[in-house]
Amino acid sequence: MTATGARTMHVEHCMGTVFSIDIRDAGDWTDAVGAVVRWLHHVDAVFSTYRPDSDISRMRRGELRLLDADPDVHRVLAHCADAQLTTGGRFTGMPGGRLDPTGLVKGWAVEQASGKLCGHGADNHAVNGGGDVQLAGEAAPGLPWAVGLVDPHDRSRVLRTVAGRNFAVASSGTVERGAHIIDPFTGGPAIGPAGVAVTGPSLTLADAYATAAFVMGADALTWIDSVPDYAALLIATDGTVRTSSRWPSG
Amino acid sequence: MRRVALAVVSTVAGLVVLLSFKTSSPAGTPPAAIGTPSAGNLGTSGPAETSAAPRAKRSSVRATSTTVTGTAANTQFGPVQVQLTVRNGKIIKVVAVEYPTGSPQDMEINSFAIPQLNQEALAAQNASISMVSGASYTSQGYLSSLQSALDKAGL
Repeated sequence: MTATGARTMHVEHCMGTVFSIDIRDAGDWTDAVGAVVRWLHHVDAVFSTYRPDSDISRMRRGELRLLDADPDVHRVLAHCADAQLTTGGRFTGMPGGRLDPTGLVKGWAVEQASGKLCGHGADNHAVNGGGDVQLAGEAAPGLPWAVGLVDPHDRSRVLRTVAGRNFAVASSGTVERGAHIIDPFTGGPAIGPAGVAVTGPSLTLADAYATAAFVMGADALTWIDSVPDYAALLIATDGTVRTSSRWPSG
Repeated sequence: MRRVALAVVSTVAGLVVLLSFKTSSPAGTPPAAIGTPSAGNLGTSGPAETSAAPRAKRSSVRATSTTVTGTAANTQFGPVQVQLTVRNGKIIKVVAVEYPTGSPQDMEINSFAIPQLNQEALAAQNASISMVSGASYTSQGYLSSLQSALDKAGL
């Protein structure tokens, strides 16, 4: 199916942030959107570190064994292990020695949501989870999706635009949420650049790589050149923008 | 990834955003006025996606401004509804006509968020994008985010 120009929008508050669903195929997508909304709240119920009854919180307290946890916990931890290897340990699902897969859960949830929309036949859509975006198909017939990267120093300004079909963009930074990323090597908050964006096919990995790239700082650009299909953009604290060699609009 | 493609995306995204609004106080101007492209060439892939009407009337309504009101978006803080004034296909003004005022926290959020909306809707139009990525926003930050302006325009 190609994009038709029709548009179905849904905005859902979940996981302490906001998810925007934008479907560009004609049709009644009530069921598809409903499935995505239920999915997002399921992910929140299982993975939230703010909810004492989530699987992750219960595992942290030693009340729930991995064996007995929701199967999605196993899936996410497998992704965490994968990302930990690829990033040379700069990303981990155990920052500070404590179980916390938050660094890729949101990206993974959005990517899965996108997969559910495709499963319902909505081949052209975008899902944005708090600034991490997975895009399927195209925005309109013959037109690629365009994602604006917000300037971390002036959130009303778009710094760059990334356009394409079937790709993901994840960002990491400290402007709104403060120093919340732990450097696994020091155990303390990463200093990092003002902002990082990573693009590639999978938002699960892009999300993890954005977290890792933030921890790596300037080294992230040469590192990501060794990861097939992914590219990074760094915004220094002085506003200087640098991109890895495969960054699409560079 | 090509600049030409980006230019086309720009124009069409702008149109889609504008045409998604219902006209509430047209001041004598047909809703079609809001279809006027701000810049660039529509090309062959233009809004087959919208309706035929905007194209037909585009040239006759250049100087008049039109006010359109988006559907109220329900946020966890309450409904938020935005009104845009459009002239020659460009958003020239954004006003939040409905927003939460129930608690001191609401007032605090609004004093920051509502003025930002105007500026950000203009930025979104100029950048002509569908989605926004940046340092992760929180539920409260979303209210003043560029993505919020895009979502409201698309409703």
